[in-house]
Amino acid sequence: MSGKQTVRLKYACDQDKSVLINNFEARGWIPVGADDDWNFYWANVQSIRSVFSVDSGYRLQDDQVVNHFPNHMELTRKDLMVKNIKRYRKELDKDNNPLAEKDETGRFVHLDFIPQTYMLPADYNLFVEEFRKNPNTTWIMKPCGKARGIGIFLVNKLSQLKKWSRDSKTSNFVPPTSKDTYVISKYIDNPLLIGGKKFDLRLYVLVTSFRPLKCYMFKLGFCRFCTVKYNASMNELDNMFVHLTNVSIQKTGDDYNAVHGGKWTVQNLRLYLESTHGKEVTDKLFDEIDWQIVHSLKAVAGGISNDRHCYECYGYDIIIDDNLKPWLIEVNASPSLTSTTSSDRIMKYKLMNDVINIVIPPGEPPDVRWNKTVAKEHLGNFYVLYDEDLAQSDPITVDPKNKLGPGAMGARGIREPKGRPSPATWK
Amino acid sequence: MFLLLEVTACVQRSIFLWLERPDKEQRDLLSRWTELGTDGPDLSQIRPVYAPKDFLDVIMALQNPNYNTGDSTGTYTLWGLVQLPLKLNDVNKLRLLYSDMAINQCQTGVDDVDIPPEMFDADRMKLGRKVITADHGPLAQEYAKKGCPISLRGDLWCQILGVIIDEFDVLYYEQLKSNVIAHDLLVDSLLYKDVKLTATNDDQYFVFEDFLYQILLPFTRDTDVLKHFGKNSASPPKSYIRGKLGDENFAVVYPPNGVIPFHGFAMYVAPLCYLYQEPVKLYYVFREIYTRYFFRLHSISSHPQGIVCLSLLFENLLQMHEAELFFHLKSVGCQPLRIAFKWLVRAFSGYLHSDQVLLLWDRVLAYNSLEILPVLAVSIFSFRKTNLLKVQSYNAAEAVLADLTTLQVIPLVQLSLFSK
Repeated sequence: MSGKQTVRLKYACDQDKSVLINNFEARGWIPVGADDDWNFYWANVQSIRSVFSVDSGYRLQDDQVVNHFPNHMELTRKDLMVKNIKRYRKELDKDNNPLAEKDETGRFVHLDFIPQTYMLPADYNLFVEEFRKNPNTTWIMKPCGKARGIGIFLVNKLSQLKKWSRDSKTSNFVPPTSKDTYVISKYIDNPLLIGGKKFDLRLYVLVTSFRPLKCYMFKLGFCRFCTVKYNASMNELDNMFVHLTNVSIQKTGDDYNAVHGGKWTVQNLRLYLESTHGKEVTDKLFDEIDWQIVHSLKAVAGGISNDRHCYECYGYDIIIDDNLKPWLIEVNASPSLTSTTSSDRIMKYKLMNDVINIVIPPGEPPDVRWNKTVAKEHLGNFYVLYDEDLAQSDPITVDPKNKLGPGAMGARGIREPKGRPSPATWK
Repeated sequence: MFLLLEVTACVQRSIFLWLERPDKEQRDLLSRWTELGTDGPDLSQIRPVYAPKDFLDVIMALQNPNYNTGDSTGTYTLWGLVQLPLKLNDVNKLRLLYSDMAINQCQTGVDDVDIPPEMFDADRMKLGRKVITADHGPLAQEYAKKGCPISLRGDLWCQILGVIIDEFDVLYYEQLKSNVIAHDLLVDSLLYKDVKLTATNDDQYFVFEDFLYQILLPFTRDTDVLKHFGKNSASPPKSYIRGKLGDENFAVVYPPNGVIPFHGFAMYVAPLCYLYQEPVKLYYVFREIYTRYFFRLHSISSHPQGIVCLSLLFENLLQMHEAELFFHLKSVGCQPLRIAFKWLVRAFSGYLHSDQVLLLWDRVLAYNSLEILPVLAVSIFSFRKTNLLKVQSYNAAEAVLADLTTLQVIPLVQLSLFSK
C-alpha cells in the first residue's frame, strides 16, 4: 500500500473477542500461545499476575508489550484508588500547592472529585460518626474486588450494616481478605437526568507510561442509561434498574432495547447539554472531567511500577450530578470488549485499532525503548490528555493542551478547533 | 379513502374512538405522566394508519384530467413519479433564495468546526447574543440564515416562531393534559405505537421517549391546531356520535386537532427534545413548527411548498443536474423519489445525525421554506453518484442510501446549489 512494510507480529490473546481478533487479523499478525515468543499479549488480569510474578521468571524482551501494569490495582481497586487519591490530596495540601485550595467549608475546590468514601470494616467507626451527623443520607456499598455491579446495594440505615459493626468489634484482628472488604461512599442521589433517566459516562483512557505520565483520551466514549425512570424515593432503593447503570444489569430488564442498548454517544450528550445549558458550562464540565482523570492518574503515578513493556486501557466511570459536576466513580482495568449493538462493535473495534497504533507505531516492530511520543497521525480517535514529557520540555509551547503541571497557574485554555476542550484551562 | 375504512374497521372491532376513563385509571395515569414509556397500553392490535410509502402511492395516482402529456417524445415528458405539471422554482431562483448559504460565506455547520474560532465562531456567537437580546423575530430569522450556534439555537427558534410562554400558556397546556387524563382516544394508541416503532429504536432519541408522549398526547386534544386548516387544502376528518352516522348536527372532528398521525409522526418532535428541557416550551415550539411547516409534508395540495411540489422539485432538479444518474436508476427499476420520499416527509428526522437535522431545520425556519429539503435530497444522490451508477436493482440502490448519518448537510447543499 504505502510502501511501509507490514511487520507480521506475533500475538497472544486471552479473550476471544471479535473486536480484538479482527484487528489482529487485519494486520496480518500471527497467533501464538501465551507461553511462546509473542510481541503483543492481550492478557486478562489473572494471567498478568503470573507474567509479573517473582517466581515465574518471565523476563520480557524489548520487543514485547503487554496490556496491564503489574500493580494496576492501585488505581482499579475501589479501596486503593480512594486511598491513593486521599494521600495525593494531603500531599498537595502540605506543599501548599494552589491545586489543593479549599473553600470556606473545608472542601477542596479543585480536587473534590470522589464522593466521600470509607473502607469497611476498617473505617467502620469513622463512617458511623459521619452517618450520625447526617442520618438522612443514602450510601452505596460496593465490594472491592468485584465488577459489573455485582454485590452492590444501597444503605440508608445503620442496621443494614450489622455485619460490619460486629467485625469491627472483635478483639482478634482478622485481616480482611479482598473478598470481604467493601467501600461505602456517599450516594449521589441528585444525578443529572436526561429524559428522566439516570446515566453514567464510560470513557476510555490509554496510559502508555506513568513516569513520565502519558495518557490519551478516546473521543468516542458513551453514556449508559437506565431503562427505568430515576426515582430517589426510599422504596425504590432496592430496585437496581433505577440506580445502577451497568449494562450487565440493565440488559436483564423488561424495557431493555437491543437496538441501541441504552447507550448514547458523548457527542449526543454534548449536543444536548450545549443546547439546553449553554456552551460555557458544557465546556467547563468536559474540562473538569479531563482534569479529574489526570489527577487520578497522577495520584497513583508514584506507586505504579512503571514497566516499559506495559500500557493499559482503562475504563473510567463518571457520573454527572444535577449541578453539572462530574464525580469519578471507579476505574476499570479490563473494560468490557463485548459489543451489545452494532455501533458498539464499530466503536470498540476503532478503540482497539487506535490503541494498537499508539502502542506500536504502525510499520515498525515494537521496541520498548522508544520515547513513546506519539505522532499525530497515529492518534486516530484519541487526543492527548496529558504528556508530561512535552509539558516539561517546552513551557511556552504553542499547544497549551500539553501545558500542564502543578506549577502552571492561570493558563487560559485555547479551544482546539475541533471543539475538544483543552485540559490546560485552569481556574 | 383508506382512512375512513381503517376507522370503521376499528368500530367493528369494538375499539372505541373515544372513551371516558374511569377515575382509578385517571389517577394512575396522572401519577405516571412523566414515565408513560413504561407499561403502555396493549398495542398488539394496533398498526399505523399509513406510512410514507402508502402516501407516495396516492400522490403518484394524482392526475390532471385536462392535461395532455403528449406522446412519448412530447415536450414535457415526465420521467418521474409525479405526473402533475406544477409551477416550481428552478435552480436559479433557488440560488437567489438561498444566497446567504453561498460557498463564499461562512456558515455554522461548516466553518465553525475546522477553522480557528477567532475567524468565525467567536464573532458569530457575539452577534448571536446581541440578536437574542434584541428579541426581534425577523432579526433572529435573518441571523439564522447562516445557521444557529448550538447553545443559542433554543432561544433563536423561540424568537423566530414567536413562542413566548406566559401563565396562560402553561394553564392551557395543563388543560390539555387533563383532557388526556380524562379521556382515552384511539389515536393515543396510534401514537404509542408510532413512538415505540420509531423513536424508541433510534439511538439518538430513545432517551426522550417519555417526553414524546407528554407532547404528542396533549397535541391531539388541542383544537387550536384546527386553525392551520385555513392554510391547508385538506379538511379535518370527521366522525359521528354513535348511532347518528351522517347527521351533521352530531359530527365532531376526530381527533380534536384534526391530525391523524401516520407512521413516523413522532419524529417531528424528536429532534426538538435536544433543545428544550421543559415540556411546556417544547410543546409550543413543536405546535408552531408543525402548523407553519410540517403539516405541508403530509397533506395533498398544490401549494409550492406542499409535499407534491417538493417531490416534483426533487425529481426536476435531479433530472436536470444528474440526468445520467436518474436515467440509470429508472432503468434498473428504481425511481429516485421512492427512496427520497420518506426523507422529505419526515424532513430528514431520524435519517441524519441529530445535530445535522437541527442545522437543516435552522434553514427551514430562517428562509421560511421547505425547499431546502429536496435540494438536500438531490445533493445526497449526487454525492453518492459513483456507487449509485453501479447498482443494478432497487434494493442495491436503497442499500447505498440507507445510512445517512455520516453526512454533513450544509456543505452538501452548498455543493449542490453553488458549485455548478
